[in-house]
Amino acid sequence: MDGMIQAIIQGLLLGGLYAAVGLGMSMIFGIVKITNLAHGDFLVLACYISLLFMGVFHSSPLTTLIVVVPIMFFIGFGVQRTMLNKVIGRGDEPPLLITFGISIIIQNLLLYFFTANAQKLASPLLLKSFSAGTVSIPVLYLISCIIGVAIILALGVFMKGTYLGKAIRATSDDTEAATLMGVNIKSTFGVAMGISMVTAGVAGVLIGSLFNFYPSSGSTYLIVAFAVVVIGGIGSIYGTLWAGIIFGLAQVVGGFVFGAAFQQLVGYAVLLIMLIVRPQGLFSK
Amino acid sequence: MSDLLRVENVDVFYGDFQAVQQASFAVPDKEIVSIIGTNGAGKTTLMRAIGGVLPAKNGRIYFEDVDITGWPTHKIVDLGISQVPEGRKLFGRMSVKDNLIMGSYTPRARKNAKGELEKVYELFPILKEKSTQSAGSLSGGQQQMVAIGRALMSEPKLICFDEISLGLAPTVIKDIYAKVRELNNGGITIIIVEQDVKRSLKACVEAFVMLKGKVVLSGKTCELTEDEVSKAYFGM
Repeated sequence: MDGMIQAIIQGLLLGGLYAAVGLGMSMIFGIVKITNLAHGDFLVLACYISLLFMGVFHSSPLTTLIVVVPIMFFIGFGVQRTMLNKVIGRGDEPPLLITFGISIIIQNLLLYFFTANAQKLASPLLLKSFSAGTVSIPVLYLISCIIGVAIILALGVFMKGTYLGKAIRATSDDTEAATLMGVNIKSTFGVAMGISMVTAGVAGVLIGSLFNFYPSSGSTYLIVAFAVVVIGGIGSIYGTLWAGIIFGLAQVVGGFVFGAAFQQLVGYAVLLIMLIVRPQGLFSK
Repeated sequence: MSDLLRVENVDVFYGDFQAVQQASFAVPDKEIVSIIGTNGAGKTTLMRAIGGVLPAKNGRIYFEDVDITGWPTHKIVDLGISQVPEGRKLFGRMSVKDNLIMGSYTPRARKNAKGELEKVYELFPILKEKSTQSAGSLSGGQQQMVAIGRALMSEPKLICFDEISLGLAPTVIKDIYAKVRELNNGGITIIIVEQDVKRSLKACVEAFVMLKGKVVLSGKTCELTEDEVSKAYFGM
């Protein structure tokens, strides 16, 4: 019984982090109407950027967010402005090809500069945990979950409360009407992609502190992001949170019940069931 | 009486298809101007060219004697031209209030957004009641009010109304037209695009009839005969 409670808590905490992994992808899906196939690779890129600055500053992974966040914003903004904006309105394939190409480029650049060896963002918090009753809660999981949930809430407030956030929502509702209001669509898309990459960057640093990563790890997290987008419903910020929790719970609890080998399988089984039962997602509007 | 807007020999294309040919017309300051024509005559395209959504290929557009041809939409809105587009084009999933606030997106309008919002609520009290509802859930007439309110939020000098009566009940249309006249009395210049000839001819305003992308007839509606207008309208 204690093991089960432990698994549920671990699943919930992992879920908060998974939500952050999928958040940016869902946002870009909903607003720019682009499937960013490089989302997972950007996340892993953020891991390596963090690794680099940990060496420079001799600091913990979380501290490197100070530089990782702005760098990721400008990467996202730059990619949107210089590449993706050029193919808007030319069908679904060109953006897919561009993001697929970026995915390959990132993977190979990382391979070239950092080799194929496993890396980890060594955090002093990794092995710390505290016990609540009979279960023990790993501190780093808890922090990851809190930060994951915090960026979702922050993004929600930003989208509702600021002109820029409203403009982003308006653009996703009706692009031409947003233009008529004086919204510069291309620059708004750039900012949206920048924000998406910031969420991927934060999620990346958290993931990198918890798990090993390789230059090719991107696809693992792309699939997590896809799962979260599909379960939550495209473009729904809070749907992303619930989807992350469902997916995280399914994986960890499934792993506990059926054995660790089935952890991934149970997660994707839940995803498949969702696709059959509610293909538009839980919170799709 | 000076012209607020001058459109001179404008050509607009959708790809290879020329939707507007050599269109010229002028809108005097603080007046109402009516643009009449059948579906596909190029009226909406002309509005999109004025708004900078679809740039004119040839010809020039002047607003307050500033050449705005080829300007991006956000600059044109900031200068003082706003649009009530065909089919209203509201942000359906956003609240009524957020729709209105989006109208004050330009840097100039943001400063007075609160005051302007109160003015819009005064003009359309029902919108204040429904301010937290999603715009998509409103009735057609109320949606048109949101579209008009949204256009007002940018503190425009000129508003282009595209097909304001389309899909609305006759009593609602009457109310909307009354509000448009009220705005005009308040000093806003207005372009009304209409398919409905009879309604357009009711008020005595400057009118331009469009056919197949060209302006084929112009004059004061009270001086034009119905026969003249319908000939130009149908191209007979």
